[in-house]
Amino acid sequence: MTLALYVPRASVVHRLPAGVKLLALAALAVLLFARPTLTVAGAALLGTMAVGLGVARLPVAVLARQALAVRWWLAALFVVHALTTDVPTGTHTVLRLLTLVLAAAVVTATTRVTEMTAVVQRICGPLRLVGVRPERVGLAITMALRFIPVLIERADRIRAAQAARGGSPRGVRALRTTVAPLLVQVLQMAHDVSEALDARGADDVPVRRSRRV
Amino acid sequence: MRFRRPGAAPADADVADPGRGIELRGVGHRYGDRVVLAGIDLRLTEPRIGVIGANGSGKSTFARLLNGLVVPTGGQVIVDGLDTRTQVRAVRRRVGFVFQDPDAQIVHPTVAEDVGYGLENQGVPPDERAARVAEVLARYGLAGHADHPAHLLSGGQKQLLAIAGVLVMRPARVVFDEPTTLLDLVNARRVAELIAGLEQQVVVVTHQLDLLDGFDRVLVVDGGRVVEDAPPGPAVAAYRTLMAGR
Repeated sequence: MTLALYVPRASVVHRLPAGVKLLALAALAVLLFARPTLTVAGAALLGTMAVGLGVARLPVAVLARQALAVRWWLAALFVVHALTTDVPTGTHTVLRLLTLVLAAAVVTATTRVTEMTAVVQRICGPLRLVGVRPERVGLAITMALRFIPVLIERADRIRAAQAARGGSPRGVRALRTTVAPLLVQVLQMAHDVSEALDARGADDVPVRRSRRV
Repeated sequence: MRFRRPGAAPADADVADPGRGIELRGVGHRYGDRVVLAGIDLRLTEPRIGVIGANGSGKSTFARLLNGLVVPTGGQVIVDGLDTRTQVRAVRRRVGFVFQDPDAQIVHPTVAEDVGYGLENQGVPPDERAARVAEVLARYGLAGHADHPAHLLSGGQKQLLAIAGVLVMRPARVVFDEPTTLLDLVNARRVAELIAGLEQQVVVVTHQLDLLDGFDRVLVVDGGRVVEDAPPGPAVAAYRTLMAGR
């Protein structure tokens, strides 16, 4: 499995601040729902593809992968609308959602995770008043993305070890025999990771983000 | 509440005295009733120090004492004049730590972002951070992987990334806890060469005895005590004799 969402390129879109891109995405969503016409949805889709493929120079596969991931949802939505309202409404709804999915993909593929989490940290800034440390929220998001593939690899390793000794549990038993050892490994890893965070100064209060010591 | 000037080092880092090295005074450590280390009095000033011993002998706990990851239940560990019990942040800025399993040490999804993590914690400005990350990645052959997902790197590359993430913070001393255990021969040799080329003082805990060639001093730990403290030749010979009797 790959969570390689960021696609490095030297483009204007890549250089734009993450906050600007997220605001543009939100504005696009508002426009699509405030002006629910086929023309607006079509133009927005073409515009998104032009920005993603033309300006940001993303590979077609990056956008195609996202579109394929939601194809059955879109198809189901189209069928429901075609049956309950009419075909143009179904087409418009599908175009609108596809545009938003692709626009989100463009933002994700042109923005580093750290830039994205920096925006989340700024948004969470006011929560300092109630004792929340925004940098910890950002770190938690970053680490979740980092460790998903590691945990999948560990689960695969457990299943392979079981298979090597003739075990091929299924159903609830498989869940139990995989989850229990995985949980033990995850707890051990959590301890190791916390040590690594300490060793790299996670407890130092970053001056840039907070003056409170 | 105190305020720090941007870019300023923490106040407690100012009192560091690099000439003193790492001092362990009457150090002991226990987890509950289990004594892991006892009666350790040492001063570590040599540039290359190795630590060897059987599994469970207390080596890793010993290593973790040196940058305050573990605070001893008895005695004191003083690094460059800084007590790990009371000045742990300043100690950790001076002593980098490389773990055995790089997967537990890499906390960001992409290579460059992970290397920059420690600098971000230190409050290094973004421009300087980017320059230092680029320089370290180039030095350790990872420049072409800056934006690659960390989990797609090979085991050897992950260990190099973990080391780069520590060295970019420019610690005065670096502790390695079994840095080559999970690596093949080629990558283990690369890491050994990297360690040999470091200008910092290094303390290496290892089972790979040839990694200690050219070291200044080797400590043999057994049953929570330092049972031999000598140059590599005699220390490794003593370790082999110790293990042969079991």
